[in-house]
Amino acid sequence: MTSDITRASAAELADRLFRKEISAVEATQAHLDRIDAVDGSVRAFLHIDAEGALATARSIDQRRMAGEELHILAGVPIAVKDIATTKGLPTTAGSRILQGWIPPYDATIVTKLKAAGMPILGKTNMDEFAMGSSTEHSAYGPTHNPWDLQRIPGGSGGGSSAAVASYQAPLAIGTDTGGSIRQPAAVTGTVGCKPTYGGVSRYGLIALASSLDQAGPVSRTVLDAAMLHSVIGGYDPMDSTSIDAPVPPVLEAARRADVKGMRIGVVKQLGGDGYQPGVRARFEESVQLLVDQGAEVVEVSCPSFDYALAAYYLILPSEASSNLAKFDAMRYGLRVLPEGVDDPSAEQVMAASRDAGFGDEVKRRIILGTYALSSGYYDAYYGSAQKVRTLISRDFAAAFEKADVLVSPTTPTTAFKIGEKINDPLAMYLNDIATIPANLSGIPGISLPSGLADEDGLPTGIQILAPATKDERLYGVGAALEAALVRRWGGPLLAKAPELSTTATGREVRA
Amino acid sequence: MSTATRAPEPVVDYGEVLKKYDPVMGLEVHVELNTVTKMFCGCATGFGAEPNTQVCPVCLGLPGALPVVNVAAVESAIRIGLALNCEIASWCRFARKNYFYPDMPKNFQTSQYDEPIDFNGYLDVELGDGSRFRVEIERAHMEEDTGKSLHIGGATGRIHGADHSLVDYNRAGIPLVEIVTRPIVGAGARAPEVAKAYVAALRDLLKALKVSDVRMEQGSLRCDVNLSLRPKADDAGAQDDVPLGTRTETKNVNSLRSVERAVRFEMTRHAAVLNSGASILQETRHWHEDTGVTTSGRVKSDADDYRYFPEPDLVPVAPTRERVEELRATMPEPPSERRRRLQNDWGYSDMEMRDVMNAGAVLLIEESVAAGATPAGARKWWMGELARLASVEGRDLADFGVTAIYVAELDAMVAAGRLNDSMARQVLDGVLAGEGSPVAVADARGLQLVSDDGALSAAVDAVIAANPDVADKVREGKVQAAGALIGQVMKEMKGQADAAKARELILEKLGAS
Amino acid sequence: MLARIDLSDAELDKMSGELAIILQSVARVSELATDDVPPTSHPLPLTNVTRPDVVRPSLSAEEVLAAAPASEQQRFSVPRILDED
Repeated sequence: MTSDITRASAAELADRLFRKEISAVEATQAHLDRIDAVDGSVRAFLHIDAEGALATARSIDQRRMAGEELHILAGVPIAVKDIATTKGLPTTAGSRILQGWIPPYDATIVTKLKAAGMPILGKTNMDEFAMGSSTEHSAYGPTHNPWDLQRIPGGSGGGSSAAVASYQAPLAIGTDTGGSIRQPAAVTGTVGCKPTYGGVSRYGLIALASSLDQAGPVSRTVLDAAMLHSVIGGYDPMDSTSIDAPVPPVLEAARRADVKGMRIGVVKQLGGDGYQPGVRARFEESVQLLVDQGAEVVEVSCPSFDYALAAYYLILPSEASSNLAKFDAMRYGLRVLPEGVDDPSAEQVMAASRDAGFGDEVKRRIILGTYALSSGYYDAYYGSAQKVRTLISRDFAAAFEKADVLVSPTTPTTAFKIGEKINDPLAMYLNDIATIPANLSGIPGISLPSGLADEDGLPTGIQILAPATKDERLYGVGAALEAALVRRWGGPLLAKAPELSTTATGREVRA
Repeated sequence: MSTATRAPEPVVDYGEVLKKYDPVMGLEVHVELNTVTKMFCGCATGFGAEPNTQVCPVCLGLPGALPVVNVAAVESAIRIGLALNCEIASWCRFARKNYFYPDMPKNFQTSQYDEPIDFNGYLDVELGDGSRFRVEIERAHMEEDTGKSLHIGGATGRIHGADHSLVDYNRAGIPLVEIVTRPIVGAGARAPEVAKAYVAALRDLLKALKVSDVRMEQGSLRCDVNLSLRPKADDAGAQDDVPLGTRTETKNVNSLRSVERAVRFEMTRHAAVLNSGASILQETRHWHEDTGVTTSGRVKSDADDYRYFPEPDLVPVAPTRERVEELRATMPEPPSERRRRLQNDWGYSDMEMRDVMNAGAVLLIEESVAAGATPAGARKWWMGELARLASVEGRDLADFGVTAIYVAELDAMVAAGRLNDSMARQVLDGVLAGEGSPVAVADARGLQLVSDDGALSAAVDAVIAANPDVADKVREGKVQAAGALIGQVMKEMKGQADAAKARELILEKLGAS
Repeated sequence: MLARIDLSDAELDKMSGELAIILQSVARVSELATDDVPPTSHPLPLTNVTRPDVVRPSLSAEEVLAAAPASEQQRFSVPRILDED
């Protein structure tokens, strides 16, 4: 039964594929059917590659029949955020400026997915160039939260989380620069992890802020995320910032799911005023559940976190303004001629193309970044922000002396309505207040569902943070908490989400 | 706009310039390294490939691509620093230099800003009269080259007047080392000579290090010349305290000769401006070798804001002291030691050696000797005919396209008695005209000294018979008179005789030997 | 301007207002950033990551030029450049 397959976790699917109870083609087709049925309303996907996905599935089935030993996730379909280059498939980063661009190479993580034999269903929607917390800044229209289609699914990776939350894919790839995996996970009732910086290759990820970006797994369960994390993680000689060490033992930790004796640090600066009551309530209950399982709670204070948002909104635009300079209409991408100019110069064509191709948020950040780096302002802005980073890392280091992991609510609020914050950039930036510190320090973080907020019945998330390279702690604590919560709920949280109406007519094809 | 359509800018006579002003120069030299692959990716760097065939996502600046540092480029940069007596950074980073230009795929150049790999060095340069001048090196750093543009539609193939440009990224990402001097002060009237000598010495040094082809005409060695004038101090000791003037940067300086001429020209131009009471416009100028002037390029401001910040996609380079010492052990002998050794080996006088150095011919002679030429022969050809031709054509000796091997071949043919001097010169003409190797040219043109005694003997007899009076004189012991006879024998033999042999025979036959 | 984006006057107006607010709030970083704090440009303490000087396959010219808005003679065709470099 199709819904049978699409409701299964990736681990279950992998198991059934391994036992040959279902074929990869069946698994893939079931998800393609689901996409057909619901993506018209969710709008998680920018591009669907049915042909490619089925071809991969067929080849996996053949190889399995021939007795070949395959990767544990072989045949399990996956969706990829449209920020990762996929050879032969359009890659837009949610922007007009890359409309129709077909990369001639695969991102390293895509190469790994292909090597594992995972059919790639398609590319998911995102805030343009990953700048945003709601996916409303996509040039191709917003994605809708499967819990309430009038609401945002989070951002920048709203497409990946929504796809997984609406059973269009069991797994997805996201990227997280200030919370873009964790925040959508929190507001869609799914799981999302940002690995240690350098733990997953950035080669082929269209860069936003090079010193903050990381790709990571998006899933419905902690174990699923661990499995995907194991596939995509690891050293890449094509990425100078990648860590030359094996992937941390995330899978073992997720399976063990043991928190006995662990010290859980609650961060004073993350989770006080400004956090929605329902969000805080579910958070506190989750912390209690951990205590019930044998963990110990400590309070930690990280005063520099009050400056994290400001530092982030200086560092990110600065690096992004430089990373986005390459979009100049000379070698690829949108080329627009300035109106009313005879024989425009290259400089004029660049400026006109960038004005036409970039959305407002991107332009805002490019200009901000250009300013923050300019001579005379560097020390006060970018330079100072880099110093705040050092202070944040020191605060984390001190906190991790007292605790094995830190926890906080992932986001201050549940999913807000589409259009509600779009005209107030500062209000939008505040969504990332709890997630940003981890990116500034490079430490790993995960978000998993902590329940539904009483006031609106919408999902809330709990964030777990661990020291750099200790990603397995996220999965150990996360899996333990998840098990306890699922027991309490009588099933996964997502089971409480409203059924999406399915349309047999299928979705419109977007450019 | 070509210089022909612009009114020439006024200049002051060189001698006059030096009466009032003290020149200060800054030289920036870019060296294209000869590594097998590019600075940040594994694309090949070979010259002459079809356009856009040595390009990958990294050097094309495709979204998502990331740089990875070429270890050989770092080691070349360190060796350059060691050869220039620099301190080698124990920790340094790359930085992004942000600006938009179509030949720059990322619209930033990955370079080094306030943390260069080499700094605080010097190069002692020997000038024509044997004196030494120390050029202080502020820094040398690593960076990447840009793509190459062809400007289409304009009259001169330059940007002005072009209606579009065609860009090839094969060159984008090739490793460069930029060597920057401190302000060069105290050269006075010899500034142009010092500049040229510095670039020549640097070129020889880099060639000896084997880090680059250092061919200025091919672009593997590029020089930008900065110049300013300040009032000449009454008291030489106080010159250092006089503040520096506004400087201009001159590009398109593509040969050693151009370096010298460009410095000289800018000095005369700056003086004219200053004499008129106006101020120097801080700008980038373009050198024209054909007309011998600079023209205005781009107005430059120190505030050209490149918004430098440390390159986040790369990690710091921290050469260990052990590795630096290992590389130090690979240094070739210092240029002055090398020159002393060569002078000794070749048996040249000090004057001869100095002439050779001034002509930029040391390496050429060395290579010729290695290919089999005699030191004297090599010097004769390079400093004689070839130097003359180079001067006539306004080119550097090294750019001539006559290889050391050919010179050795030529010298060998003369030494073996196959050619005399005048025939050898004809062969050389043929080689320069592209007719092939010396042997090929000699064969094709049928140039061969006749050493066949029979023919020569017959010619000698004929000439003696035709000139009885002169013959008598020789018989009487006036050996010098044989000269006229030799000349006639040569004519008889159509120049294809060994003059010395002819003389021998004449004297023998006349009983005067 | 340095960002090479041609904003309309209306866009400029809106944006300067937004930027002013954002700048005000981010300016507080300089309060915390004192001289004795070193800046972090990298979260990880890696150094000396290099690759050997060995050729790797390049893209074909076709692949390189595939997305070019304009090309000629196997090169990228770009409009006339004003700024001499």
